[in-house]
Amino acid sequence: MPTGDQPLNDQTLTDQEIAPVKSGSTLLIACGALAHEILALKKLNGWDHLALRCLPAKLHLFPEKITSEVARVVNEERENFNSIFVVYADCGTGGQLAAYCAEQGIEMVRGPHCYAFYEGVDAFAAHDDEITAFYLTDFLVRQFDAFVIKPMGLDRHPQLRDAYFGNYTKLVYQAQTDDPALTEKARACAERLGLAFERRLTGYGDLIRELSRA
Amino acid sequence: MADDEDIILSELSDDELVLQMQDDLYDGMKEEIEEAVEILLERGWAPYDILTKALVAGMTIVGHDFRDGILFVPEVLLAAGAMKGGMAILKPLLAETGAPRMGKMVIGTVKGDIHDIGKNLVGMMMEGAGFEIIDLGINNPVEDYLDALKREDADILGMSALLTTTMPYMKVVIDTMVQEGIRNDYIVLVGGAPLNEEFGKAIGADAYCRDAAVAVETAKELVARRHNQH
Repeated sequence: MPTGDQPLNDQTLTDQEIAPVKSGSTLLIACGALAHEILALKKLNGWDHLALRCLPAKLHLFPEKITSEVARVVNEERENFNSIFVVYADCGTGGQLAAYCAEQGIEMVRGPHCYAFYEGVDAFAAHDDEITAFYLTDFLVRQFDAFVIKPMGLDRHPQLRDAYFGNYTKLVYQAQTDDPALTEKARACAERLGLAFERRLTGYGDLIRELSRA
Repeated sequence: MADDEDIILSELSDDELVLQMQDDLYDGMKEEIEEAVEILLERGWAPYDILTKALVAGMTIVGHDFRDGILFVPEVLLAAGAMKGGMAILKPLLAETGAPRMGKMVIGTVKGDIHDIGKNLVGMMMEGAGFEIIDLGINNPVEDYLDALKREDADILGMSALLTTTMPYMKVVIDTMVQEGIRNDYIVLVGGAPLNEEFGKAIGADAYCRDAAVAVETAKELVARRHNQH
């Protein structure tokens, strides 16, 4: 298993678990899609007490497995750290992850998913006119093929695009970093899905506040 | 499942053609399905038999393999597209030829939810099983469901949701039916990826259906039970 003290590329974060560097008193168990952002915030804020273990970002394609995978890692690591903080939101677990964390006395990120906490959970909830928006983050733009095109079979069957996206109207790119190349890639993703494009520079949003609790 | 050799559909016997249609459906070959449906009609097959013995039977295999993790959503969508092509030919003929009528279902995704792949599959398979489908589409508030149930004198309400944030709305609909004293006038079926049987029971639905095949079997069983009670 790769560890967090090695350079992490997006493909590794998508497919594999990342083991923690054995330092720090608090373990963050996080989605691989958040690894770059968590490490950036850790460095920026000097949060040396935090260690990071990531589950494969692809787990999001099977949200029913997230709670049991988090539980597995909690059981493996509990003895090694003073405390554990789960860097997942509900993420399609239907409250199961929150129930598990509450039962174990473990804190987790608030909100329904990363799109909400990047924009700010309250601000995101205030959009009641966005049910036809499809969201991407920096990570998802970079890994668009691995998370959207290939699992939906659009590489092999592009004619299925409207069956998946016919009811959507726009792609909202929530930019964590101001990167023109990534913005152009996000725009191309929108074009490929036949959707209007909107970019919102969210930065790290509520993730900063949430991690400061860890 | 199909091999690479060119198969002339019109040269196959009826039994071979039906099996070939099931293969073609599995492989999502819409044009071949349409051609085969026309061939069987020309050979004097009843539209209802073509629907059930070739299309529904083929789609049932697709459903089983999806359930068992052999096929995935893209393949199911292609198969559904092929079946839809065949059904478009058969549908106008079914009414004329006295195909059995199982009941009427109002179906739609709940308010706030635009994900209709599952709902569309259920609607298609229910139609294939002889149910009349009133498809309300996506993002339905409670009043749309209730108006349609009353207007259409329906037997079944089907609600679908993909998001954990939208699925609680199903309870709003059922609670409103209870308040209006009409809950027991209808069979309520719910489905969608994040749901489970426990959720279905908790919100007061008659059944949670994990896939389209289960929805069809459940609907048949509950409609038959209602008829026996009346």
